[in-house]
Amino acid sequence: MKKPTLNIAVTGLNAIDSPGPGVSVIRALREAASFNTRIIGLSYESLEPGIYMHDLVDRTYSIPYPTAGIDLLFERLQYIQEKEKLDVIIPNFDAELYPFIKLEHNLKTMGIHMFLPTLHQFEERNKVNLNDFGKKYGIKVPKSKVIYDLSTVHSLPSEFSFPMIVKGKFYDASIAYSIEQVKSYFNKISAKWGLPVIIQEFIHGTEFNVTGLGDGTGKTIAAVPMRKQYITDKGKAWGGISISDEKMLDMTRKFLRNTKWRGGFELELMKNKDGELYLLEINPRLPAWIYLAVGVGQNIPEVLVNLAMGHTVKPFTEYAVGKMFVRYSWDMIVDREEFEQISMYGEL
Amino acid sequence: MSKQRYERPVIKKLETGMPNKFGTRTEYQPMTNIDGVPVTKLMKEYGSPLFVISEKIIRSTIQKAKKAFRTRYPRVQFAWSYKTNYLNSICSIFHQEGSWAEVVSGFEYDKAISLGVDGKKIIFNGPEKSEEDLTKAIKNDSLIHIDHLDELYTISELAEKFKARPRVAIRVNMDTGVYPIWDRFGFNYENGQAWDAINKIMHSEWMELVGLHCHIGTFMLAPSAYGVAASKLAELALSVEQKFKHKIKYIDMGGGFASKNTLKGAYLPGSDTNPTFDDFAEAISSALLNSNFKHENLPLLILETGRALIDEAGYLLGSVISNKRSSTGRRNTILDIGVNILFTAFWYDHKITPAQEFTNYSEDTCIYGPLCMNIDVIRESASLPLLNKNDHVVIHHVGAYNMTQWMQFIALRPNVVLIDMDGKPHVIRLRETVDNMNSMEKVPAHLKKFNM
Amino acid sequence: MKLKKNVAVSESGLLFNPVTGESFSVNPIGVEILNFLREEKTDEQISEAILGKYNAEKQAFENDYQDFIGVLSHNNLIESHEETNA
Repeated sequence: MKKPTLNIAVTGLNAIDSPGPGVSVIRALREAASFNTRIIGLSYESLEPGIYMHDLVDRTYSIPYPTAGIDLLFERLQYIQEKEKLDVIIPNFDAELYPFIKLEHNLKTMGIHMFLPTLHQFEERNKVNLNDFGKKYGIKVPKSKVIYDLSTVHSLPSEFSFPMIVKGKFYDASIAYSIEQVKSYFNKISAKWGLPVIIQEFIHGTEFNVTGLGDGTGKTIAAVPMRKQYITDKGKAWGGISISDEKMLDMTRKFLRNTKWRGGFELELMKNKDGELYLLEINPRLPAWIYLAVGVGQNIPEVLVNLAMGHTVKPFTEYAVGKMFVRYSWDMIVDREEFEQISMYGEL
Repeated sequence: MSKQRYERPVIKKLETGMPNKFGTRTEYQPMTNIDGVPVTKLMKEYGSPLFVISEKIIRSTIQKAKKAFRTRYPRVQFAWSYKTNYLNSICSIFHQEGSWAEVVSGFEYDKAISLGVDGKKIIFNGPEKSEEDLTKAIKNDSLIHIDHLDELYTISELAEKFKARPRVAIRVNMDTGVYPIWDRFGFNYENGQAWDAINKIMHSEWMELVGLHCHIGTFMLAPSAYGVAASKLAELALSVEQKFKHKIKYIDMGGGFASKNTLKGAYLPGSDTNPTFDDFAEAISSALLNSNFKHENLPLLILETGRALIDEAGYLLGSVISNKRSSTGRRNTILDIGVNILFTAFWYDHKITPAQEFTNYSEDTCIYGPLCMNIDVIRESASLPLLNKNDHVVIHHVGAYNMTQWMQFIALRPNVVLIDMDGKPHVIRLRETVDNMNSMEKVPAHLKKFNM
Repeated sequence: MKLKKNVAVSESGLLFNPVTGESFSVNPIGVEILNFLREEKTDEQISEAILGKYNAEKQAFENDYQDFIGVLSHNNLIESHEETNA
């Protein structure tokens, strides 16, 4: 049978030192067995490396920041749709998920499919609600508190011991060892990502991640746990290895079963010295290291696209344990004319 | 050949990490007319700055809100929150749409009466009601919402004096999981103050307890908090029924629903993320329907939402006075709109759009008002097209609080125009004049002359 | 007033300064002015050309023009006098 060719738009082309998942997702799609692809990049800034990777990305369009509002994003996507006849969009940033979830219905009527968590799932897993989430689904989470203004910082030492983690609503996390540091991180993080800011108990231990895919009925379609081997000063994995840990897979299956999660995700886990597993965060999208999952036998982006297109899929049950990913950076040579095209016309 | 529209020359550095022009087109879409009336025409006729209110938007908003609640709960009554906007024409529109009056001072009470509102349909809230105010309210059989014990005793004394039995409710404050808790108004639920006040009223022969009221906060973004509050009030009402065999007639959930404005510090625009009437209605109705009221005994649900009903209907039009550059090279734009008339600029990033067509070139601009005061900042940073002197701008979502909290400071307050359902503008509040202001002052004889 | 020699302005409005490696975006009327500067037109000639084509008040344009030139020289895109004389 002839493989269909799908036009798939992908965001998160910022394959930089704190990378977006876009380029890895595209590599996975390029290797899909069930379809061929034409890849449309969607970029926010002119220097996102993916824009210039012509062997991976066929064409790129700038799109407005989420802060510009849903209407402008929709307008831009309508323009892109006229030219590209997209079949699927895979958004890869936390901050853009809200508008994309809101647009899911409108895009569907234009023929664009997505496979995203519901708004309820998206809100419920928000860091701000992690305590309630843990209670509701019987998953162990570190104690956390949401703060809206600096004056409440002084009461923190009675509830948390130092160090504590100061986290932004969408991104950013810093470890604070004193009230002064809490205050300074609060100011920095709230200026960038808005309010509230989250204070979280610091769990000593080893960090693990699980990426996977839920089909929206509670079934586990894919799950691959990974231990970070080298962590950059930005807290990102620069190397990692696939592991086989039943406890982590159990927690993942429980998460999917109880929430009926729809779409890709990444769980951030911490294992303390007693072997207890804490869920630190649920990222409602695929991680930048998603290509490791492909490498160990689970092409999650491919299956996600098939789910989005309404096909029935077979859950993955196996993966290769002990495979590593080692990230590297690569200097591309780019003509200024290309930078000009994307900067001035928003298309390349 | 006619000349092309002039746009000032602009050059800006492309910096990495800086959004390109597709990134920040936010506020470009010009708004050239309001309900079909050209902005330039409005400003030519009524001056600049100018408040413009759309009757069409007010009516469609209140109808949307009523529909959201009535499809979910059988008995609903709105009461217009006077403090949000008490221009007579605005109150009258809400009264025409069936809203009662919700007032929080003797001044607002008198305003409602003078508009012809039936005293029985006035809800009298707030911590300050003088004996004179309470006497009026008792004689008119208005609904008095008691804020504290001193007021409870005063009402009791007055009722006895006039041999009346006023209809009262108490305001209850509580923990709904949202902070800060507004515990300065009313009686606390968790520590038993509210139950104590209820018992005092129920044991008095001089008052009839008809309702329970709460107002949990302002610009609330969590509908779930209303669900918690409604459950707690329902529980109180059912306790009263059980202990005294007395049915509470209504539950007043107050207001505080967020409008579509964007709070300072929010990442995504409020128009995308803030809850809708349906979200609030769902939380409140479910809580009441799921409580233990028998269907035939469901209390009337009263809502006093103000901001969410009027914010979107109000526009503030203004003109560019000048463009400057700060010592650091940053673009500053001075408008003739100051914080004295746009009080809400202190907590919102108001959406500002040009009132004429522009190319899609923009500059990051700090927008100042005209006052000779450092605090007069309308937006710390907005990405706007290249505005020229005398160009017009439209500031959106200004209908709530600005026309009540405004002050006559440095400049006089401008005209307020209402555009009716047929697109016809009417001045509903005249711009102030120096004579208006001077007419309230008295100068002692010895200060009437001076030689300089 | 003269634009630095090797500063390139493309039709799209992208200005590239090869000496510093900086890029700028310029709006169409800005591009016109840059081209006039390259042709070494005087301020008066530029003002006349712009006012002839666009609907602008003389005073307003001249203020904007001075501001524009200010930004150009702030970013070292204009030949300084010493360089011009040399």
